[in-house]
Amino acid sequence: MHVRNRPLAATLAACFALSLGVGAFAPAAADEPGITPTEILLGGLHPYSGPASAYGAIGKGILAYFAYVNDKGGVNGRKITYKDLDDAYSPPQAVQLTKQLVEQDKVFAMFDTLGTPSNLAIRQYLNDNGVPQLYVATGASTWGSDGAKYPWTIGWQPDYQSEAIVYARYLLKEAPNAKIGVLMQNDDYGEDYLTGLKTGLGSKSGNIVKVATYEVTDASVASQVASLKAAGADTFFVFATPKFSIQALVAAAQQSWHPRTFFNSVSASATILGAATKAGGEDATKGLITTQYLKDPSEPSWADDAGMKQYREILAKYAPGADPNNGFFAYGVSIAFTMVDTLKRAGKNPTRKAVMDIANHLHETDNFLVLPGIVVETTPKDRFPIDQQRLARYDGTHFVPFGEIYAGRGRGR
Amino acid sequence: MNELAQQIVSGLATGSIYASMALALVLIYRSMGVINFAQGEMAMFSTYLAWQFAQQGMPLWIAFPLTIAIAFAGAVALERVVVRPVERAAPLTVVILCLGLLITFNGLAGWIWGYTVRTFPSPFPTTPLHIGSAAFSSQDLGIIAVSLLSLGAISLFFGKTKLGLAMRAAALYPESSRVLGVRVGWMLALGWGMAAAVGALSGLMVAPVVLLEPNMMQGILVYAFAAAVLGGIDSPVGAVVGGLALGVGLNLIGAYVPVIGTDLQLTTAFGIIIVILLFRPAGLFGRRTMRRV
Repeated sequence: MHVRNRPLAATLAACFALSLGVGAFAPAAADEPGITPTEILLGGLHPYSGPASAYGAIGKGILAYFAYVNDKGGVNGRKITYKDLDDAYSPPQAVQLTKQLVEQDKVFAMFDTLGTPSNLAIRQYLNDNGVPQLYVATGASTWGSDGAKYPWTIGWQPDYQSEAIVYARYLLKEAPNAKIGVLMQNDDYGEDYLTGLKTGLGSKSGNIVKVATYEVTDASVASQVASLKAAGADTFFVFATPKFSIQALVAAAQQSWHPRTFFNSVSASATILGAATKAGGEDATKGLITTQYLKDPSEPSWADDAGMKQYREILAKYAPGADPNNGFFAYGVSIAFTMVDTLKRAGKNPTRKAVMDIANHLHETDNFLVLPGIVVETTPKDRFPIDQQRLARYDGTHFVPFGEIYAGRGRGR
Repeated sequence: MNELAQQIVSGLATGSIYASMALALVLIYRSMGVINFAQGEMAMFSTYLAWQFAQQGMPLWIAFPLTIAIAFAGAVALERVVVRPVERAAPLTVVILCLGLLITFNGLAGWIWGYTVRTFPSPFPTTPLHIGSAAFSSQDLGIIAVSLLSLGAISLFFGKTKLGLAMRAAALYPESSRVLGVRVGWMLALGWGMAAAVGALSGLMVAPVVLLEPNMMQGILVYAFAAAVLGGIDSPVGAVVGGLALGVGLNLIGAYVPVIGTDLQLTTAFGIIIVILLFRPAGLFGRRTMRRV
């Protein structure tokens, strides 16, 4: 399969390398950094320390999956080495470490660098130097929509706009005349969600009766919640990071406001909703709706799923001590699957260009942690690998998926 | 009408959070003439201790007083060991030391307890309180009551007790106090201890609302600082009035001035504070310092 799909560029590069007399037994293209006959070197950044260190679990999931692949013989005969460094979620550190990885360690590509601020900080540098910035772990829409300006950068997970579009589509069917109140963080991340919501609502954007913003330095969002309630909203969109989204749910319950609630996936983990339920009572969380695109390992209905079993085996063997119910590990394993898939398809002589080309022509139906029916897919015009999502409702302890699979942006746009 | 009541009560509640931290800042300022930037982190650290006790199954009515006692003793020890050597140094040295403590406590809490956001057991019921057709959070009303009580206790202490008088004397006239037999060094340590105890109390009150995490107090400290300056940095009453005014003011501006909205409420509030300080440089309740030449 990978032979059929191998892009022309890779083939040409391979022929070129061979014609230079690199030697039939050394399959590497001569000048391709990070590629030796036995190794592919990738660089990554995750916050293993500092305020966002919970995301470090993603890096550990990736390392576990690469170790598993290497044990099975690696990718086209090469083992993957993943040099994953701790940027503490700090853009200045991300810049410095990226330069170190590119110039000193000479990585082939950067993979799954985490966080919107860090990725924005290193994007220009990587694009100036033609280093792939693959499958960044953030949901900003810019990774997909600014491909013309930054061709070496691409995201992976559904972007915030697409998620909000999915909510809007569902809401238009369910309650076309809903009165919508939005709570959002006052920055690009919140703005992305609001844009998506308006796009999805289209001519019904007027249904939004009030938008209340908060700053990350605010002590509490109770006042914002009171304004939304007072504006007569019966539908509540929470576009907020975990801490503020817990506050929002608790504040609504304490003000005896029980709207239909949509809860951004950024904060929709079993742990966070467990905390909100504890602080605000069952009424605070029950029935709220979010989106999913990965199988939730803490969800018991997946227990017998083959993909979930494989995931648990990989973690048990290659990341002992990791709690498999933590969705961040699953995210890491799943995104590493796409990376391995990409490298496989790049063939025996991967080049940076070829890998980027493959990232722009993804069609992955067998990622074992992605929800069944969702395809990881890109075209040069549609650079959003995962766009499809399902809705899930919180039943007090778990997220229960329901309804059809939605395509956020739709294909081929 | 409903919303107005709701906004005012929720503003008073967040205002009380600022007020109780501001109170702690004022206590240190009164004894040393500097702002303790580590005040918020010390409160956060104490709150984690209480959480740890509660995790171990200790009932709240024991865990809370125990935590406040530990905060008091810990801060006295901290003053004796760490702050004392720089006590007579330039104020800037003390400020840098406090910033160092801030980073230390923050890092320590992250290292011990991690950065995961946790819920904190509330001493107040979670069910809302219905007054007329508006619903208020019992938590909010509880916070307001507790910070008013602690202000009352502190005013009584400074106004009516000998120890309180000695502390004021030690802060204002260290040399004369020493001659009169007041142990000035210990009075400073006591000031640190009391500030830490007030801070710990405020941490315990706010943690159920703002949630427990190592950075929980950083935003609050900025508002508390503003509240203290607005009220007059050396006045406990001023700290509380400043905090409440800031909390309610921010909410009302955000909710009722559509041009400003929640986007610009912060900028506007601080703009107003600057204007007030232009006319009353010592703050609303502060004493004007005059120097005779």
